[in-house]
Amino acid sequence: MTRVPVLTVKCRPQFVFPPFLTPSSNVADSSKRKKKKSPYTADRGMIGAFEGETVTRRALFSGGAAAAGGVATAAFALPALGFAIGPLFSQQNPRTLQDVGPEADFNPQTYVPKVISISTDVGDVGKTTIYVRKFDPARDTDKLNQPYVVVSTRCAHAGCPVRYVQAAQRFICPCHGGVYDFDGKVSGGPPVRPLDRFDSKVVNGRVLVGMRFSLDSDLGRHKPRDPGQHLDGLWQYIYPSRPTT
Amino acid sequence: MKLLPGPLRRRGNKDDDEKKPNGNGNGATTALRRPNAPDETAKEREKEAGRERLKKTAVEVPVAALGWVDERTGGGPFLRGFLFRKVPKGTNWYYTLGSATMFAFLSQAVTGIFLAMYYRPSATEAYASVQHINDEVFLGLLVRGMHKWGATVMVILIFLHMGRTFFFGAYKYPRELNWIIGVVLLILTMVMALTGYLLPFDQRSFWATVVAANITGTGPIMGPYLADFLRGGAEFGATTLSRFYAIHMLLIPGLIAALIGAHLFLVAKLGTTAPPWLKAEKARDLSQEEI
Repeated sequence: MTRVPVLTVKCRPQFVFPPFLTPSSNVADSSKRKKKKSPYTADRGMIGAFEGETVTRRALFSGGAAAAGGVATAAFALPALGFAIGPLFSQQNPRTLQDVGPEADFNPQTYVPKVISISTDVGDVGKTTIYVRKFDPARDTDKLNQPYVVVSTRCAHAGCPVRYVQAAQRFICPCHGGVYDFDGKVSGGPPVRPLDRFDSKVVNGRVLVGMRFSLDSDLGRHKPRDPGQHLDGLWQYIYPSRPTT
Repeated sequence: MKLLPGPLRRRGNKDDDEKKPNGNGNGATTALRRPNAPDETAKEREKEAGRERLKKTAVEVPVAALGWVDERTGGGPFLRGFLFRKVPKGTNWYYTLGSATMFAFLSQAVTGIFLAMYYRPSATEAYASVQHINDEVFLGLLVRGMHKWGATVMVILIFLHMGRTFFFGAYKYPRELNWIIGVVLLILTMVMALTGYLLPFDQRSFWATVVAANITGTGPIMGPYLADFLRGGAEFGATTLSRFYAIHMLLIPGLIAALIGAHLFLVAKLGTTAPPWLKAEKARDLSQEEI
C-alpha cells in the first residue's frame, strides 16, 4: 500500500473529471486516487492518528463539543422560540356567541351597525363594528346558510375600517379607496376578495354573532384569512389558514 | 507611540523624560529670589511645590490607569490603528454620513432608555403614559421629541450614507461584506421604525400597525404565520403591544449595536475609498522604472 506524502503543496482544488469524461491518459491516476482512501486515520497520515481508529480523538472531541453546545443552545432557544410563536397555535378570540339585539332591530333592506368584541383584555382596541342585515332569500344567492348577513368592517385590502354608505348602497374604505357592493363583493379599488362575514344564529328571538369567516369572489366560504390574501383558485393554498381555525 | 495622545502613553516614555527639565524652570527663578525674603519665598515655594505635585498626580493617575489597562489588554495598538488610520486624498464631508447615522442611533438609544423609565407597554395604559411623558414629565416633551424626530433623521441619514457608498463605488471589492452588513442594518432600522411607531398607541399608530401586519400577511406561504407572529395571534390583542415593545427595546437594538461594531471594524480594517473623481496616483519611482 502506498502512503500519501505527509507534505503536500496545497493549491487550488482541481476539477476532477468523472470517469466517462476523463482523458484516457488520466484514467489510471484517478482510479488510483479513489482506491487510496482508507477508513483508518493512520492510513490517511492524519496527525495524532492511532492504529485501528477511524476517527481521530481531535475530530471526536471537537464534534462532541459542538454537539454539546448545540444541545445546550437548543435547550433554551427552542422553548423560547415556541413561547414566542405560541399564540399561533392557541385560540385567543372569544368563541362565544355575542348578542347584538332582537330580530326586530334588523331588516333585509339596509345594514345596521353593531359593536362586538373580537379581542379580550385590550379595552376599546378589542372591539369592532359589524354591519348586520336580515338574509333576503329573494335577492341573496349565496349558499352560506346564515339567517343574517353579518359583514365585517375590516377591509380586505389592508385591514382599514370600511363604512357602509346607504345612498350608494356600498361599503367604502377611507385608506386606499376600496369599494364593495351591497353583498360585500369588490366593486372597485385594491381589495382582493369580498368583505369577511361572521356566523349568525337566532336564539329566542335574539340575533347572535359567532366567528369570522372569509369569502372568495363567488361568496364561497373559507377559513378566516388576513386582509390582502387572495382566496380564489390556487391562491387559497398560497395563503394557508391558521391551524387553530 | 508618538501617534498616541498624552493620556494614552505609557509611563516612563522618552517624550515624558524630555519634558522634565522644562517643568523645573520655575524652581530656578524662585531660587534667584531667595535672598530677598527668605520666609515668604519658602512658603511660596512650598505652595508651588504642592501645586506641582498635585498637577503631576492629576496627570499621572489617569495615565497609570490607562497604562494598567493597556498592559493587560494590549488595546493600545488597536486603538492607534483605529483612531489614527490613514484616509485617502479627497476625503470630504460626505464621508461623515456614516458616523452621523451612528450618532443618530446613539441618540435614539439614550433617549429610548430614558423614555422606557416612564412608558408603560400595556394596551390600556400606553397612551396615557405617553401623554404623561409629553405633558407632565420635566423635559419629557424634548426627550420624546428627540426620539420621535431622531428616528426620522436616522432613516434619512442611513439612506444618504447608502447613496454615498453607492455613488462613490465604495461597495466594491473588498468591501462587499460591509455593504451586506449595511443592508442588514438598514432592514433592522426599518424594523425599529415599524415597531416604534405602535408604541404611542394613538389611532395613527394602531391603524398603521394593523395595516403593517396585514401587509406582512400577504407574503406567500410564510406571510400569514409571520403576521400572526407579529400580532401574537389572529387579531390585534393584548400581547401585540408588549411584543412590539420587546422587539423594539431588547431584540433589535442589541443586533444593531453588534452589527455597527462589525461595520466599523471592517471600515477600520479595509480603510475608506477615495472619491471616484480622483485618479489613482502612481508612485514616482515606479513610473520612472516604467520609463
